[in-house]
Amino acid sequence: MGSAVVAPTRTEPEWILPSRGRVGMFSLIAAESAIFTIFVVAYLFYIGKSLSGPMPKDVLEIPIFNTICLLSSSLTIHLAVGALRNARVNTFGLWWFVTMVLGTIFLVGTGREWHHLIFDKGLTISTNLFGTTYYSLVGLHAFHVTVGLICIVLTMIFALFRKVEPAHSERLDVFSLYWHFVDGVWIIVFTVVYVIGR
Amino acid sequence: MASETIAITAVPGIDRPISERLHDWIVTVDHKKLGILYIVLALFFLVVGGIEALIIRIQLIVPHNNFVSPQVFNRMMTMHGTTMIFFVAMTVLFGFGTYLVPLMIGARDMAFPRLNAFSFWMTAFSGLLLYFSFIGGNGLYGAGNAPDVGWWAYAPLTARAFSVGHSTDFWTLALIVSGIGSIGTSVNFVTTILCMRCPGMTLGKMPLLAWLNLVMGGMVFLAMSPLTAAQVMLCIDRYLGGHFFDTQAGGSAVLWMHFFWIFGHPEVYVLIIPAFAFLSEIVPVFSRKPIFGYPVMVAATVCIGFVSLSVWAHHMFTVGMNSYANSFFTITTMAVGVPTGIKIFNWLGTMWGGKIEFRTPMLFCVAFLFQFLIAGLTGIMLGASPFNWQLSGSYFVVAHFHYVIVGGILFALFGAFYYWFPKMSGRMYKEVLGKWHFWLFLIGFHMTFDSMHIPGILGMPRRIYTYEPGRGWETWNLIVTIGAVFQATGVLVFVVNLLWSMFKGEPAGNDPWDAWTLEWSTSSPPPEYNFATIPVVRSRRPLWDLKHPDDPDWKYE
Repeated sequence: MGSAVVAPTRTEPEWILPSRGRVGMFSLIAAESAIFTIFVVAYLFYIGKSLSGPMPKDVLEIPIFNTICLLSSSLTIHLAVGALRNARVNTFGLWWFVTMVLGTIFLVGTGREWHHLIFDKGLTISTNLFGTTYYSLVGLHAFHVTVGLICIVLTMIFALFRKVEPAHSERLDVFSLYWHFVDGVWIIVFTVVYVIGR
Repeated sequence: MASETIAITAVPGIDRPISERLHDWIVTVDHKKLGILYIVLALFFLVVGGIEALIIRIQLIVPHNNFVSPQVFNRMMTMHGTTMIFFVAMTVLFGFGTYLVPLMIGARDMAFPRLNAFSFWMTAFSGLLLYFSFIGGNGLYGAGNAPDVGWWAYAPLTARAFSVGHSTDFWTLALIVSGIGSIGTSVNFVTTILCMRCPGMTLGKMPLLAWLNLVMGGMVFLAMSPLTAAQVMLCIDRYLGGHFFDTQAGGSAVLWMHFFWIFGHPEVYVLIIPAFAFLSEIVPVFSRKPIFGYPVMVAATVCIGFVSLSVWAHHMFTVGMNSYANSFFTITTMAVGVPTGIKIFNWLGTMWGGKIEFRTPMLFCVAFLFQFLIAGLTGIMLGASPFNWQLSGSYFVVAHFHYVIVGGILFALFGAFYYWFPKMSGRMYKEVLGKWHFWLFLIGFHMTFDSMHIPGILGMPRRIYTYEPGRGWETWNLIVTIGAVFQATGVLVFVVNLLWSMFKGEPAGNDPWDAWTLEWSTSSPPPEYNFATIPVVRSRRPLWDLKHPDDPDWKYE
């Protein structure tokens, strides 16, 4: 009965709508951005308001190597998806693996930084306002990296079993949007925590 | 229309065992079933939240009443607010959106059907989580209790020192879970509306309901997420010893207020925009005219979406912000009234010169126009910071926002229930009972909420569990409570009408209102696949074009 609503015959231009995956991912990114905004605002608001030490400038070291790794993983995932789109499956696997390694290095780096802060410097989430806001904001970001890494590892397993095909490139393209977002957020977190906050 | 309909009867398995049919509902990813599940869940919580409201009102009927203890009063107040906003209003509006959006844009389902089911079950279980606090709120201490921190849960009342036990945690977790559900539903709305429209339906030809749900979805991203973030912070404070809202360690209680109201005020618009959407569909059909000023309506909605994100601190004038902040939030609050006013004039313009039929849905919509106008005017009063300093925290505020939520949103919702009930159930409701519902509820509403303004002006603070005699509040409170009984009776008539009509109502046919949007072109209730073939549209009123091939809309749009 839906056909009841048929317009008079006329050559219509082709009916093209945006991709569901991309629009859905952009929507999710919008919502996630709002969550990060609140945590960033809380961090900025509480800079210098801790009543007791340790203070950021005493304990924080700038994670340059980590940052380089995470940001370059954006490039490698882009290359990976591009290779898959052109049906170069082996190249895809290589770049995807590099992305996985870079993401893992970042997470391990964050873990080492936290270990150092907790056991050497005595800064925990309940020590002072700096600890509370620092672990929350960096932790929220690290949580997003972890979720992304789980997806990357799963895809890597599929790739090892030769189950990833050029037909999947759009899905991985949608996922890469998420990964770019996580990297973009790191630029903001880095600026707020290690540049402004220190 | 009927002659062009492919008869889709013979729903297979109507005689199957009930366990199988129940199983169908639990595993369903069909947007129509999920929409109905949302609506049924919301109706259940409407009754629960309504009973809580009645308990509050019975306690306040006379001074020095001892119907419930102060502790129970605080719990009822908290649960009433939280339930009505998150598990009635949000839930039922998502239900209608989920049901109607794919039908109105000529799609077979939402963009992500499984995400749709996931979001519904998140909402349902977060409701259970909230109410589980009645049993588990005190943890291992024995008898439980419900959260009693108010629906705004101001710090430091939520700190562990002042909220012992787990009741506040149940509240926090329930809102995190329901927030995830809401964000999922909104991702689905936005994606469906942008990517699933049938051929020919450009953005300028979408039904206004789809447009308004698109804006609502966008607002949920920006409004609901801050609440989720703030609740995570509260969890960190309560469980990991964080100091976000801990004033003893330099934290700020005012920051919580900002975070809460950054969610809280846009939330009002998240709720009212779907109500606007119902009006924009119902008023034209019962005025027998196309909507007046479609592009202006869309522009006004988008405008409301943006401006309403910058008005939140008008809830905080009495906290002691500086004069620049006070002026800014006063001005933005006044500004958001402008696009809202434009919408009211658009609906009036639609009715002007129309052949108005006062069926039950239209009655509710006309009442909406009057009541929402008054609610908007008291909103402007409260938005002026000097006036607000006098009346903030009084019953005047309670009266104002109930005027918006009950007089506006709930009236529009009842209109929507009667308007789309024939489509959802395939049967007509009883018009007589609908009229009884309308008049009982209208009288009850005005008794309750018109009267409630006065004790507020006379100085009655909100959130109090009882009051002294001799302050001129007794008569007003008595009238308020009597009005609540009228409203409860009206809702009872409504529920009886729904249940009776569901089984015994006259068959409605596909298009009982002679309406113009795509959902009326399919059978009632629609088949699982919605449309046998995906429709093609050329104007905003595809069914008008079909019924009047000699004078179609697309010639003039």
